[in-house]
Amino acid sequence: MQDYLASHARAIPPSGIRRFFDLVSNSKDKDIISLGVGEPDFVTPWRVRDAAVYSLEKGKTQYTPNAGMPELREAIGQYLNDQFQLDYDPAKEIIVTVGGSEGIDLALRALVEPGDEILVPEPCYISYSPITSLGGGIPVGIETFAKDNFKLTAESLRAAITPRSKLLVLCYPSNPTGAVMTYEEMLPIAKVVEEHDLIVISDEIYAELSYGTKHVSFASLPGMKDRTLLVSGFSKAFAMTGWRMGYACGHPDLIGAMLKIHQYTVMCAPIMAQVAALESLTPNGLEEKDRMIESYNQRRRLVVQGFREIGLACHEPQGAFYAFPSIQSTGMTSEEFAQRLVLEAKVAAVPGHVFGKGGEGFLRCCYATSVSQLTEALDRIGNFLQKIG
Amino acid sequence: MNQLKLNILDLIKEDARLPASTIATMLGVQEAEVAAAIKEMEDDHVIVKYAAVINWSKVDDEKVTALIEVECTPERGRGFESIAERIYLYPEVKSVYLMSGAYDLLVEIEGKNLKEVASFVSNKLSTIESVIATKTFFILKKYKQDGIIFEEFEDDGRLLVSP
Repeated sequence: MQDYLASHARAIPPSGIRRFFDLVSNSKDKDIISLGVGEPDFVTPWRVRDAAVYSLEKGKTQYTPNAGMPELREAIGQYLNDQFQLDYDPAKEIIVTVGGSEGIDLALRALVEPGDEILVPEPCYISYSPITSLGGGIPVGIETFAKDNFKLTAESLRAAITPRSKLLVLCYPSNPTGAVMTYEEMLPIAKVVEEHDLIVISDEIYAELSYGTKHVSFASLPGMKDRTLLVSGFSKAFAMTGWRMGYACGHPDLIGAMLKIHQYTVMCAPIMAQVAALESLTPNGLEEKDRMIESYNQRRRLVVQGFREIGLACHEPQGAFYAFPSIQSTGMTSEEFAQRLVLEAKVAAVPGHVFGKGGEGFLRCCYATSVSQLTEALDRIGNFLQKIG
Repeated sequence: MNQLKLNILDLIKEDARLPASTIATMLGVQEAEVAAAIKEMEDDHVIVKYAAVINWSKVDDEKVTALIEVECTPERGRGFESIAERIYLYPEVKSVYLMSGAYDLLVEIEGKNLKEVASFVSNKLSTIESVIATKTFFILKKYKQDGIIFEEFEDDGRLLVSP
């Protein structure tokens, strides 16, 4: 069958996370504590699940309009306005997608032509580069560094730009580093974007999970709304990963093009998930979201301090639910460290190199797990470090 | 009550065994501040006790719990206070609430068996002079108590590693 596969499908490498997943799953050890997940430990709040159950009972099992239920698009527009001072027209500038992932896929498909260079600050979420390659685009990683708290700088962006650069993908708060970017830090980026006439895909799926400073959307920067496609969704902040509910907002021309691809591929996002998402945007739903975010923040402090106490350098992650400690002091590669950590200390975490440039020497640890599990995991990692030290 | 105290209560109502040092880290404050706030709340009887929540249906020891609605005549000057006191001083009484609505006191009582509860109601409770009437309801199963669900928790359904 291999011979029949299209060359672009053959060319994309399997995800490094997948390989590590197989290693962990094959060990079949019930005692493993996993910090390797990329999702909340909360189940979707009951009121949201109940709303979906009720809609099923009422026979809501049909297609919705391609762009999503009008009342959901209205609610998303209102929410983005209340939270991040964004102003999108629900009729033309918002599309409901099957997870944020579909939004990224649609955007890259609508924008990338063969030979276009797509700038991707790394380490970053794993899907941007492979999807770019599928469309014949050329992903160009821009390394970010722990010394800069993994923020993108205007200098390194400028250095990566060529005449073929078309698009910049931003993901702040960042998976895997937990980095956030403030208004002041993004302004110089916006300037470069304007100078070089770039389009920005801003993946803000972790926007609500910002601790300390309030999240600023790249689209809200002066002059950036029309150049930016905002991608977000309900998976992280609303604990709805399995529902696959996302949305994208941007210029009507781009949303229109994405909508065409969307209607030919998935038609519309599932109606029961849309009903659930609508419930999560009610005042009660938003209250549950805030409660969950406060709980992540408490565990964030615990885990960062914990890593520092056992001797791993850990920059302060100010968003998402990941800590990204350095394991360089052990002299091991992150792959080697993560493998031995699973086998010898029964803690799973994702080796940083799978997230691209700048990830080697780090470990992504998700702290969306119970305090007792976190404490136990930190103990085990501490003992492991002593053993190998 | 200040925000720190409220935050501490929020954490220890879920896990009373969290050390002050962990609470301090989680809330981003000094350990001494947390320790002082807890001490103050203990002294003020805001924190009354650190007791385990037990699902007695899992314990072999037989036990029955009943809720009793008590209708009574309040006493001049003291209202329901002394009647309530006469009831709550019995160790088998687990809780007593003054209620609005059709009856006055709601009494939760625990006994080894049905007979023991029945005997408490007829011999101790109904004989109190100001008690006019009682209605006893036996609890068949506890699903949730004090915000804690007694059903077995399902395993974490998440994949061990995901992007």
